[in-house]
Amino acid sequence: MSLLELNDIKVHFPVRRGILFDRVVGHVQAVDGISLSVEAGQTYGLVGESGCGKTTLGRAILRLVDITGGEVLFDGTDLAQLPEEEMRRSRRRLQMVFQDPLGSLNPRQNIESILAEGMAAHGIGGNREERRAKILKVLDRVGLPDSALARYPHEFSGGQRQRIGIARALVLEPDVIICDEPVSALDVSIQAQVINLLEELQEQLGLTYVVIAHDLAVVRHISDVIGVMYLGSLVEEANSDDLYANPQHPYTKALMSAVPVPDPEVEDTRERILLTGDLPSPSNPPAGCRFHTRCPWKQPTRCDTERPVLTDTGSGHRVACHFVNEIASGELAPTSALAPEILGASGDGEPSGAAAETDADAPGQGGTPA
Amino acid sequence: MSTERNEPREPDDAARADGASPEGAVPEPAGTATTPTAGATTGGPDPAAPAGPERAESPLAKARMSKADKIDRLAQLTAQRTTSSGDSLWVAAFRRLRSSKMAIIGAVIIAVFVLLAIVGPWIAPYSPTAQTWRGEVFSNRGIFVGPRAENWLGLDNLGRDQLSRLLVGARQTLLVGVVATVIGFVVGALIGGLSGAALALGGRTGQRIDTVIMRFIDMMLALPSLLLAVSIAAVMGQSLTTVMIAVGVVQIPIFARLLRGSMLAQANADYVLAARSLGVRRRRIVLAHVLPNSLGPVIVQCTLVLATAIIEAAALSFLGLGNLDAAQPEWGVMLAQAQRFFDAAPMLAVWPALGIIITALGFTLLGEAMREALDPKLRS
Amino acid sequence: MALLNVDELAVTFTARGRDDFRAVSGVSFTVDQGEVVGLVGESGCGKSVTSLALMGLLPSKGVRVGGRAEYDGTDLLTLPKSKLRDMRGTQLAMIFQDPLSSLNPVVPIGVQVTEILSRHRGLRGEKARKEAADLLDRVGIPDPTRRLKEYPHQLSGGMRQRALIAMAVACAPRLLIADEPTTALDVTIQAQILELLRELVDQEGTALLMITHDLGVVAGLCDRVNVLYAGKAVEAAERRELFAAPMHPYAHGLLGSIPRLDSPRGQPLNPIRGSINDQIPWSEGCAFAPRCDHYVMECLTGTPQLTEPAAAGHRVRCVNPVLDQSDLAGPVLDPPVMDTTGSEATARHPGGEA
Repeated sequence: MSLLELNDIKVHFPVRRGILFDRVVGHVQAVDGISLSVEAGQTYGLVGESGCGKTTLGRAILRLVDITGGEVLFDGTDLAQLPEEEMRRSRRRLQMVFQDPLGSLNPRQNIESILAEGMAAHGIGGNREERRAKILKVLDRVGLPDSALARYPHEFSGGQRQRIGIARALVLEPDVIICDEPVSALDVSIQAQVINLLEELQEQLGLTYVVIAHDLAVVRHISDVIGVMYLGSLVEEANSDDLYANPQHPYTKALMSAVPVPDPEVEDTRERILLTGDLPSPSNPPAGCRFHTRCPWKQPTRCDTERPVLTDTGSGHRVACHFVNEIASGELAPTSALAPEILGASGDGEPSGAAAETDADAPGQGGTPA
Repeated sequence: MSTERNEPREPDDAARADGASPEGAVPEPAGTATTPTAGATTGGPDPAAPAGPERAESPLAKARMSKADKIDRLAQLTAQRTTSSGDSLWVAAFRRLRSSKMAIIGAVIIAVFVLLAIVGPWIAPYSPTAQTWRGEVFSNRGIFVGPRAENWLGLDNLGRDQLSRLLVGARQTLLVGVVATVIGFVVGALIGGLSGAALALGGRTGQRIDTVIMRFIDMMLALPSLLLAVSIAAVMGQSLTTVMIAVGVVQIPIFARLLRGSMLAQANADYVLAARSLGVRRRRIVLAHVLPNSLGPVIVQCTLVLATAIIEAAALSFLGLGNLDAAQPEWGVMLAQAQRFFDAAPMLAVWPALGIIITALGFTLLGEAMREALDPKLRS
Repeated sequence: MALLNVDELAVTFTARGRDDFRAVSGVSFTVDQGEVVGLVGESGCGKSVTSLALMGLLPSKGVRVGGRAEYDGTDLLTLPKSKLRDMRGTQLAMIFQDPLSSLNPVVPIGVQVTEILSRHRGLRGEKARKEAADLLDRVGIPDPTRRLKEYPHQLSGGMRQRALIAMAVACAPRLLIADEPTTALDVTIQAQILELLRELVDQEGTALLMITHDLGVVAGLCDRVNVLYAGKAVEAAERRELFAAPMHPYAHGLLGSIPRLDSPRGQPLNPIRGSINDQIPWSEGCAFAPRCDHYVMECLTGTPQLTEPAAAGHRVRCVNPVLDQSDLAGPVLDPPVMDTTGSEATARHPGGEA
């Protein structure tokens, strides 16, 4: 059985409006029916663009937001049904690392107090000395000096602050750490330090990670399994290498082709699938497949009426697309009519036809030279 | 940020002298794998640098400079100039406050005012009630006595020493300001804190409690403050206490709104979410995280309110609602009484008015400086 | 003669009671017509200050600007403010990182675009409106006539950036300065915007100065690249040359620390140790020395100069550059890592950030 299993998780935020009394006029469907499972000791990467609901999903696992429906099975217990106090206690085993290293640390607490807080809340380490000994051990583990204890968050650099955030999670000896954009606020050279630290810790402590990020390269580097989110739901899920070698959902293809690679040779030869338009509003998501408004492969039937479900296309590679097989075999070409001004106007001579050839190839590798 | 980056730029003279000397360019054995191509521009020894002991050493000794020495040298160059370790935000804010000119001017004004309030009655040359020179002043005929050797600021309309009355009045004025502010702060912070805590603790009940409290506060805010104070004073009768309560009550909704808003903003901060994810109890989150971080703006408001309270108290006294006890002169009352003789003796009104203005300015300056010092945007 | 010729640009911030802060101290590069030149570096390297200095957008108080920046023969740095103002928009234009705060929130897009057209090109009324719609259409904003009436908050991030680009190119400037134009955008939108910029350069022959922290963006867009560190250009090369053989240990380290989408999984990253705070003043030596794997003693003997140790046109500011790309396997000399947050410096295990 998986350590963490989500079953049809839904998080809808009410939209209230009104002059005198607030009425609920609609719902933002931040997360709308996500099922996935995370194996112990593994890293599950959730990737998606802003507004896709990945952060909300991460918070829903810890019940930091109210869950509208579905199950969060952690070690066999449904967290969604737990009473408040029991949920609070089970947070010891599920910890979180936040995006903004400074904002997630109370500016008026010194490091010792920040790290001791969780221990006090869960009654770990009887007295002050024991707690301090443990804190020092964890600080050493994340690469911070003992002298950090008495300092305040604003006295550290960004990378160090993120180490403090990681240490804060580690002192509770959790099983699962949910990392919400753990490196996106950091400089490139510091990012690598933190990524390496997370990997080291996983190796040493057997941690299970759920890594939420918008940067596909980071997610691919760190994750065993990757789930791609679009507008509140998973559109594709596969193990990291599979997803890279063989992205099947049109959105994943477009996403992968858009990630810049720091290598001119790759950049010059890769094909881009440029999406048109913007993310629709999650308070009024499109009917049918949520991606159909921007999909270059959109078909006149089914796409705008019937919502696709995640289906296994072989060896655990799950895709939510009605026409995944047809797209993979090249039977379907992208409909350029949907992408007039971008695809047609692209200066590098990348007409829509070029995108049709991407199907089985890994984007960024094969294809037409610019 | 910029200050941090400034730090390494303090050259250690001794270190510079040794690093810039040609011998410094001798590579260590471990470092010979690649040859330096160019660019090792050897700056001449700093003429300003003192001739340290290492200069006297033989070149051989310098070539043997160990890795540890190199580390020390790098460390000297990189070390921060100010040892800021373990400064809490309050300490850092205080340090910023100390370096602000505005704060210093404000603090000096306030210090002088407080000092006067304390020692005023003792250093006053005459009793504030003594009508020693009654025979020289005929206010109905416009005959007044200006500054002279015995009475530096002249006499008032009843032949009393103006300077003495001002000195004694300082205490009353300060008392009104402080007590009114304390009333406003304590009651306002209680209401606002309750409301904010109810919201931060979450739940429908919390929201409802907050809504009820806040609608009430809004009603209070809707009344013009002076009108509210006048009505309170009118109901309670004419006395200094009345003025203090009236001015204090007017400040309650301001403090309440401010603390609630501040708590609400903090309740949505990332570190509160982090505390929740740690499994910290909600009550502790409110008391240990939300509340302390919300106090900054409220404390600033206290200083600013002190200024307004003094002015409003003066206004109420001016309108005739203040204390008429001649033994306890108050600047507002003095101003009110002097305005009848403004044509003949304008200085009688100018002195208390100046006192009020300068004191209010002092509190405002300090308050504004504190606001800047506590501004989170300025945190490095 | 290049269109823009920046020579030893230096920007120093001076504040009373504080030490001067040299944000930029010696950045030289050229930008030719129809060329994309990249300024890359992490936060605090001086790349944005460079762009602001070129546009004359730095505050006049508390800033000292040195060096030369010749645009078509005129020095932008010494030009009177009024002349520079006329040049902005018509000759040079800038695109900023945050499209929302760069647009006036209470004025419709159309008014903001036509304002530029009337100021610099003297277009009025219907003519200006038509031209504005054409501009929006050209930068790929669908239904431009309707969009003209909308306010900035009604547009998505990508559309706002397109609108900003439309405003920047309204008067067909010869030089476009883009400061992190895609950092606030999602990758799929970023791809659209980069495509648009490339198109402008290819079709109009606009010169583009691209300022970014993203080496991936640089790899795809720029012709020549300048890598900045602590206010100085540490490496400058043609893009393929730079990515194939980065010679400065910093550039080398940056490339090694980025997780690449196409790199095999499980390959560990090689981070640069320490942080930007671990630097020594350039006057003392190489600012990067405390974080450098290639650190030798000469690194502390004064400012290193730009040289061309390997290929012509590939300049690097390092006394011990990475010439053999395989030689970074192990550090040449174990450099110290400083704990800069304390008064005492303590050497700590490598890999840890100081």
